[in-house]
Amino acid sequence: MTEQNLSDGFSCPLPVSHHEAIMLGHGSGGSMTSELIQRVFHKYFQSDGLEQKNDAANLLMPDHIHRIAMTTDSHIVTPLFFPGGDIGKLAVCGTVNDLLTAGAVPKWLSAAFILEEGLPIAILEKILESMKKCAEEAQVEIVTGDTKVVERGKGDGIFINTTGIGYIAENFQPGGEKARPGDAVILSGTVGNHGMSVLCARGELGIKADISSDAAPLNEMVRNLRPFAPSVHVLRDPTRGGLSTTLNEIANQSQVGIELDEKLIPISKEVNAVCEMLGFDPYTIANEGKMIIIIPDEIKQEALLAVRSSKYGENAAIIGRVFANQSPMVLLRTILGTHRILDSLSGELLPRIC
Amino acid sequence: MNYIEDFRNSDRAKKLLHSIISIISKKWVIMEMCGGQTHSMMKFGLDQLLPQQLEIVHGPGCPVCVTALELIDKAILIAKKRDVIFTSYGDMLRVPGSNSDLFSVRATGGDVRVVYSALDALQIARENPDKEVVFFGIGFETTAPANGISVLQAKRLGIQNYSVLVSQVRVPPAMELILSSSENRVQGFLAAGHVCSVMGTKEYVPISNRYHIPISITGFEPVDLLAGIFETLSMLETNIWGVKNAYSRSVSSEGNVEAQKMLDQLFEPCDRNWRGIGLIPMSGWKLRSDFQEFDAEIRFNVADVQSQESEKCIAGLILQGLKKPADCGAFQRECTPQNPLGATMVSSEGACAAYYKYRR
Repeated sequence: MTEQNLSDGFSCPLPVSHHEAIMLGHGSGGSMTSELIQRVFHKYFQSDGLEQKNDAANLLMPDHIHRIAMTTDSHIVTPLFFPGGDIGKLAVCGTVNDLLTAGAVPKWLSAAFILEEGLPIAILEKILESMKKCAEEAQVEIVTGDTKVVERGKGDGIFINTTGIGYIAENFQPGGEKARPGDAVILSGTVGNHGMSVLCARGELGIKADISSDAAPLNEMVRNLRPFAPSVHVLRDPTRGGLSTTLNEIANQSQVGIELDEKLIPISKEVNAVCEMLGFDPYTIANEGKMIIIIPDEIKQEALLAVRSSKYGENAAIIGRVFANQSPMVLLRTILGTHRILDSLSGELLPRIC
Repeated sequence: MNYIEDFRNSDRAKKLLHSIISIISKKWVIMEMCGGQTHSMMKFGLDQLLPQQLEIVHGPGCPVCVTALELIDKAILIAKKRDVIFTSYGDMLRVPGSNSDLFSVRATGGDVRVVYSALDALQIARENPDKEVVFFGIGFETTAPANGISVLQAKRLGIQNYSVLVSQVRVPPAMELILSSSENRVQGFLAAGHVCSVMGTKEYVPISNRYHIPISITGFEPVDLLAGIFETLSMLETNIWGVKNAYSRSVSSEGNVEAQKMLDQLFEPCDRNWRGIGLIPMSGWKLRSDFQEFDAEIRFNVADVQSQESEKCIAGLILQGLKKPADCGAFQRECTPQNPLGATMVSSEGACAAYYKYRR
């Protein structure tokens, strides 16, 4: 039989190398995994660490850095895309902002993906592109990563874990335990946008509202606050659990009371209206691009200007003060001048009945 | 008109407060009927502004709180069944039954879903013809039309895999129970505004006349609540009674006539157990015989389930205005929103939850 005859009569089923959706084999660690990394991930992520192609990235630190911040965060969200962001943007800014709260300059990220069998590669690429864009803005490099695939039905499309490392300067180390009586509390913008954007995007409640997520990396905002070091006592991003949960954490860490003035807390009309309709407390709704800044009273106006002059900080406001109290608590001065407790979020957010 | 800001306006609230303070001459006890009003009171700190002579007590108007324990146990039994998708308003998932709650059923594999309305549950039934979809139809007259219309639609569309676990309750019989008790302290009512949006104000007139008690139909924002308090207090101070409408932007004396017609077509009055309080004659609604095919109690044969309430929980006394949450030995100790002994600690309209959240 000649070669000619063979090709006429039979054809060998060559493996398809360019799948349009994630297959279980993409998580095998074998050639399909390599192909996915080369063809898809490397298109968006390039760094010295990744170029080394080793199991761990070998990273050089400058001599003058003696302290680093390290944090990790896993990201799950339904839907994967929503007004103002997507899971990729969240995965980068969430970890970047956590590094910033430690006063760190974010430098490196790892990115670990758990992909569900059947996830269209086009969707994955859209998410990676968003991560790339956000990492560029935040000036961090993705230096190592991992990909696993779970069977269809055992994931929610895609889960992303990112771990971040940043440099810390000796004189700029804010912490939740450093709030002092007399300090002022600044919030960098409106509350509740991220949580309500995702909720509306799910479409389950039949509510259409013009609300965009605030997801954003806050590097510039924190950079503007560096000149106030070491007086920046606390930086904290009020993500899950919202403003009230985060402030309760700070009050507990610092063993102080925190009083907010409801009139001064920035909130958009749309977020307020949807919260009222559903019976949600906007102060317990997640934010992904906001910072709580606690600083001595005497520099609050200058610090406010510094925050307002940064990208994403134009709506910042001084919203309250720290006071000495035997038991840690957060109090809200209501619009009627009365006081009530502002409690942490307890359990799942559930819409009202009537 | 801005329906949020205008009715939270500090100047308007202060004027009303001034009027209240200027007419009060002695101690009075006024009950707000609705859990939404209780939470608004606490959220805006109105209790801190009102004169000390005026005691506001919290009534049984929290739909989640008064849903009978055995109904929650029935819900749990149904939700645990294979091939059932159990749907409910979110708040009900947290409420403890005798041994469990619906969140735990979900965590251990039951298909329990939060919906915002009964029509969402009906849609789930249409999308899952091989499953039995059950909706937990709780609430007062406010939720009854929206819950009921899902049954009408199911019948019209011939959807056979849909049923409702009905726990509808009515306000007027509960008011009468409170007023006829030998321990009653309530001298005036703030009636629940949204209940009256559906039912109108007429059914409160006989109650006011029979018990010589002033009733104001009252809304939920600070200005609404103060207006309702002022109306009731004015009647008390001048020794008259009657029904005044302090929530006219939402309530007419006839109410929503179309909704009432539909309710009459679907439901008939029945005796119903109220959690912590006990049986109140003719205080509930059940589906009429024409619609019994949609009654989940019948479909799943759970009508005979009996339950026993925790002895430590004094929710029943709180719901009748006889005690306040802080009077309970378990409040904030054994009983917290994370580990509730009774429904009043769970619901977003529960009095204990309001005190825990805003006061402590």
